[in-house]
Formats: sequence, structure tokens, C-alpha cells
Amino acid sequence: MDLALLWAFILAFAVLAYVVLDGFDLGIGILFPFLPRAAHRDTAMNTIAPFWDGNETWLVLGGGGLFAVFPLAFAVAMPALYAPIIAMLLALIFRGVAFEFRWRTTRWRRVWDASFFIGSVVATFCQGLALGTIVQGIRIADRQYAGGWYDWLTPFSLLVGAALLTGYGLLGATWLIMKTEGALKAVAVRFARPLAVATLAGIGVVSAWMPFLQPSFYSRWLQFPEIFYVAPIPLLVMGAALILSRALMRETSGPQPFLGALALFILSFIGLGISFYPNILPPTLTIWDAAAPPASLAFLLVGAAVLVPTILAYTAYSYWVFRGKVREGEGYHAHHP
Amino acid sequence: MSPALDPVLLARFQFAFTVSFHFIFPAFTIGLASYLAVLNGLWLATGRQVFLSVYQYWLKIFALSFAMGVVSGIVMSYQIGTNWSVYADRTGPVLGPLMAYEVLSAFFLEAGFLGVMLFGLNRVGKGLHFFATVMVMLGTLGSAFWILSVNSWMQTPTGYDIAANGQFVPRDWWNIVFNPSFPYRLVHTVLAAYLTTAFVVGAVGAFHLLRDRSNAGARVMFSMALWMAAVVSPLQIFAGDAHGLNTLEHQPMKLAAIEGHFETNRDTGMPLTLFGLPDMEEGRMRAAIEIPNAGSLILTHSLNGEVAGLDQYPKADWPNVGIVFFSFRIMVGLGFAMLGIGLWSLVRRLRGSIYEARWLQRASVVMGPSGFVAVICGWVTTEVGRQPYTVYGLLRTSESHSPVAAEAIAVSLLAFIVVYFVVFGAGTFYILRAMARAPNAGEAGPDPAEPIRTTGFTPAPQLQSDAGARPDTR
Repeated sequence: MDLALLWAFILAFAVLAYVVLDGFDLGIGILFPFLPRAAHRDTAMNTIAPFWDGNETWLVLGGGGLFAVFPLAFAVAMPALYAPIIAMLLALIFRGVAFEFRWRTTRWRRVWDASFFIGSVVATFCQGLALGTIVQGIRIADRQYAGGWYDWLTPFSLLVGAALLTGYGLLGATWLIMKTEGALKAVAVRFARPLAVATLAGIGVVSAWMPFLQPSFYSRWLQFPEIFYVAPIPLLVMGAALILSRALMRETSGPQPFLGALALFILSFIGLGISFYPNILPPTLTIWDAAAPPASLAFLLVGAAVLVPTILAYTAYSYWVFRGKVREGEGYHAHHP
Repeated sequence: MSPALDPVLLARFQFAFTVSFHFIFPAFTIGLASYLAVLNGLWLATGRQVFLSVYQYWLKIFALSFAMGVVSGIVMSYQIGTNWSVYADRTGPVLGPLMAYEVLSAFFLEAGFLGVMLFGLNRVGKGLHFFATVMVMLGTLGSAFWILSVNSWMQTPTGYDIAANGQFVPRDWWNIVFNPSFPYRLVHTVLAAYLTTAFVVGAVGAFHLLRDRSNAGARVMFSMALWMAAVVSPLQIFAGDAHGLNTLEHQPMKLAAIEGHFETNRDTGMPLTLFGLPDMEEGRMRAAIEIPNAGSLILTHSLNGEVAGLDQYPKADWPNVGIVFFSFRIMVGLGFAMLGIGLWSLVRRLRGSIYEARWLQRASVVMGPSGFVAVICGWVTTEVGRQPYTVYGLLRTSESHSPVAAEAIAVSLLAFIVVYFVVFGAGTFYILRAMARAPNAGEAGPDPAEPIRTTGFTPAPQLQSDAGARPDTR
């Protein structure tokens, strides 16, 4: 395997790690105001307090990594996604400081709660818009973005934005099922059911629409003989949907619903990867066109080979430390007097 | 197009605004992390409880500042792509890996050990807790190392080739990372961060001494901060001078602009201009107050040494002389004021009356924010001074920006300004409120009610001991 392809896998992994990890904590923010009691909201926040910041760091790694190893893709994608990226960054600031500031004031807590909710919704929706825009295809001329300034605003990108809201909401709800008990868990199950239906519908509509956006997508998914090679993906999605729906019907309090939702995200991500390959930005920019020279890729690989597994190890350790249910009125932190 | 809606100028404003706001936090946390490590070490070495109290006092402020530094830093990494996409494409192969190393290593050390540092004292033992504090300190310094390497390479690029597609590509990583201006810039910036922190700590100590001169914690803060001022400000002036000579060697045009040196001096000494009004149109200094030959003496170590003036370069390549001339003088002026405070404190120390020196304490309170002002002025000097280039002499700023409409940059600039003032204004308020509280003997650590910073592997016992221990006040 050559260095560019190896780095494409590493970066794809970083982006996937970001999506599923920050996905569930953004999901908590999306569900936040709909949780029926203030105590529930505090408990829900406590379940993600130890993780959200580490989750978000994968976004920095994804952006910084893209700049380092695929600078041309970074240079083209960022202007193409100008408005959604800036809005996402601002939303993430509001959301991130809300976490810290909320515990330092009683009078202003409602304000920081609102900024947590709105920040989470806007950040999620913008990520969906960005993904939808990239899937539609990005026009490039002379190593620069050559599309229009509202290309990110189309029915398809709005659909992906809405689908991502329901998807992160599902991740958040199933996370709560796994991490809480009693009344809050019951609420989470009640939220998770319609969100699961909506997420599956979103995956279905986006998947059905995609092949008609780019000829290369069409030939990969709907033409003989490729269709045989890719068929396992939709079949696995159906399997994951089955596991998820059975777990939700049984009102389990275990990790099955969360793992089912995770499986849906991972399979969708693999599906996107299959659609894109060998491009990093469809329709024309390939992994090898965008890659930095081998000297850059190798230099960074040395550090990444040591540091990325280390980061993964202690991230896993931190999740292990905070395993188990968070009970109402308890948790990783209580209230200020 | 009206000049107000020049996309390059707007993009520059946006970068200047967001990076200035961002740098306030690392300028403080780099110094504070080292200060905390020293306090922790002193406590372990001497067993004096007051060092622990002061440690716990500043730890809470560190946590808030660090958080704001992180969220404002995320913006910086993406802004390179949104507003400076041509620059990102051209320099990515050289600078991208350095920035990625910063993320990987800063993340690894800071985020990994922050949780133990903040909440781990009673849970992991003193030794491991001290180790965590030192690791966080090394993380902040590592972060400074990589980001200053990146910045220095843009000022004094070496170790690269230019590929057919216009990209800078690496030839020798050692020469890229350790480019000619990097060591000077790194030392100067880290010392600046130390001084910034020292003057904040000194101001808080002085503020509480003025109210209660027996407060042991305030005494420790004030005394340590003024030792720092007395020792480090002369070192910093020395380091700044060395950095200036390095600039003369590698960026002579920038140096000429800083000195307001329009005409090359031949056979006569270059004066040192203390004050004046640079006139770029006419290429001369108005109302100048000068010390004859002092410029030559400082820059060439001879009374009549020739120093290239701006007249050696095309006017189109000049940076804005007025901005760099004044920002440099504010920085240097504050540096000498810091030295003055340091010397004043030595005098009072010799007399054995440093805790009774009310005017010194008042002056220290006033000087509290001086480090931030000096640091921002220093960055303005070096960044405006390298215009019109993003990569000095090689890539012009006007060729670096994204093909983004001016309106989009204007709207996002406005959004950044509003959001930053609201969000970081609130954060600064919480920090000032914490500073207004006098340090107590037996100061508690960060309230466990605060969110646990995450990537830190806060040890499991915390969960059990916290469970149900605190009443729900809702």
C-alpha cells in the first residue's frame, strides 16, 4: 500500500472517530431541552462531561491532518464549505464554553443551557450540510475551488443536515439508554424509537438519491457486476436496523441500542468511502492528486504511528474508568450551591 | 470595489482578530503551567502548606484559561483553509506536518494529564500528581515549540524546494523545524509568556496585600512574581536584542521599518529613533527624537556601522511603517517598565520592606495586564513587519487568500467579533471574579462540581467518592 492511501485510511478513521464520538455528545445537546425535568438534563450532561472535550479533539486532528497530508483537498474544501464551517466553529465555541460556564453561575444557567442546545443543533446541521455538499461534488479549477458560494445550499445537503440531526439524536438517546436508569432511561427509549425510524429513513433516502448525483456513484452501486461486491453493505445495514429495533422494543437498558446505532454510522461511513474511492473530493480530485509529497507523509507517519495508538489507548481507558450507569442527582459532578 | 471590502484586508483583519484573542490564553497558560509546576515542586520539597494553597488558587484559573485557549485554537486551524486556501495548498506539505505534530503532542501531554492535575491530588498520590503537572507544563511548551517553528519558517524559510505545482515541499526537516529565526523567536516568546504570567500573579498578590498585608498566600505570589520580574526582564531584553540582530540578518527590511530607518546611513552613524511620526509617502520621519549613533551601536556594535534603510527596497514591498514602529516601541517600553518594577522590588527587598511597599504594590496592580499588551504588540510588530508576504520573500499575502467573496469574510468577521466578546468576555469575568477572592490558607482545589476535563483519565475512585456526597440544591 502506498503512503497516500495509508493516510487516507488514517484520516478516514479520525473523521469516523469524530463522528461517532462527538455524535453522541452533540446528540445529548440536541435532545437537551426536550428532556422533561431539570434533574434529567443535569444527569444527561453528567454522562458526557468526562468525554466531550476529548471527542472534539478528533475534529482538530481531522482538520490539521487534512492540511498536512492532503493540503489541496483542505484548500479546496474549506472555501467551498465556507459558511457551514464558520457557523460550525462558532456553534462549537458556544457549546464548549457552555459546558464550563454553566457550573459557574446560577442566574445565567438558562442562557448557557440555551447556548449548549443551539450550539449542538447548529454544529450538527452544518456538518450535515458540509457532507452533503462534498457528496454532490466540488468543482475545482487551477487548484482552487471554482464553484458558487451557495453550492452548499441544496435540497440534498439540507436533507443530509436533517438526517444527521436525527442520527446524532439517535446516538445521544441510545447513549442515555446505556448510561442512565429509571425515568430518564424510559424517556430515552421513548425518544430513541422515532429517532431510529427517522435515521433509517434518512439513510434510505440519501442512499437512494446518491447514485444519481454522480455517474461514478451510479456505476459502483447499481451496475453489474459491482453490485455484488457492495451488496453486503445494505444487507448489514438491515441487520443492524433489526438488532436496534428489537433492543428498543424490549426496552433493554444495555449497550445494544447504542451499538446498533454505532453500526449504522460505521456502515454508512464505509458506504461513503466505497462511493468516493479513489477520490477524496468527488468528482475529480483523487487521493493521489491531493496528497502531499512522500517526504511529508513519511515524516508525519513516524509520529502518528506512536501517538495515535497512545491517544486511542488512554481514550479507551478513560471510557473504561467512567463505565456504568450515572444515577440522577449523582454523577461526575453535582451542583454549585 | 471600496477599500473597506477588500477581501485580502478583511481576511487579514479576521486572522489578526482571532489570533490575537487566541494568543492571550496560551500567553498566560504557558507561564502559569510552569508556575504551577514550580509551586508544586516547592510544596513537595519544603512541605510548606502555603505553596499548596497558592497552587490550588491558580489551578482553578488555569482550568478556565486553558478551556478558552482550546476552543479559540480550533478556529485558527480551520481558518487557514477557509480564508487562506492558496497559502494552505502551497505550504501544506511543509507546515501541515508541523501543525499536526503540535496537535498530536499537545493533545497527548496536556489533555492526557490535565485531569490528574486538576482533580487527582488526593487520588493518585503526590508524586504522580506532580508528574502530571510537569507533563502539562511540557505540553504547553511543546505546543509553543511547534507553533513557533511554523511561524518562524514563514519568516525565515529554509530547507524547502518548490515543486512544479507551486507547492513548497520539504527537503530537510531539520532545517525546516530549526530555521534561522526559530531559536530566537521561541526563547523570546516563552520568556514573554513567563513575564506575562508573573505580572498577572504579582498584580493579584499585590491587590490582596493592599487589603491585608499579612495574607501568606498573597505574600508568596507577590514575592515570587517580583523575583521573576527582576530576573527575567533583563534576560528578556537581552533575548529581544539578539532577536533583533537576527531580524537584521534575515529580514533587514522589517528591521528598517521597525526602526523607522528610511534612508540608509553611509559614513555616518544610524541614530536610534525614540519617537517620531513615520511618513511613508515622503519616506522620512517627522518630529523625530533621536539618539545619534545609538542605532548603529545597537545593531552593528560600531558607532558608524551601515544599516540598510527602507530606500533599499521597492516601496511596494514595504510593510506599514507606522504600525510596526509604534507597536515595537510600546512593547519595548513595557519591557523596560517591567525591568523597573523588578529593580524597585530588589531595592525594597534589600531594605526588608517588600510587603510594606504600598506604592510598589499599587504599581504592580497597574502593571498586571502589561504582559498581554506587550505580547500582542510584539506579535503585531513581527507579523505586520513581514508584510506584504505570508512566506517571507516568496509568497505574497495578496496571492495567498481564498477565492472567497469579501461579503462572506465581512459577515464572518462580524460574527467572530460578536461571539468572542460575548463568550470570552463572560470567561474573563469568571476569571477576574476568581482573582478578586483572597487566597486562603488551606485553599481547596478546583471544585469537583466543575466538569472534569475529559481526556484526562480521572481515576475511578472519584466516582464512588462523589456519588451522592454532594446535596442536590435544585
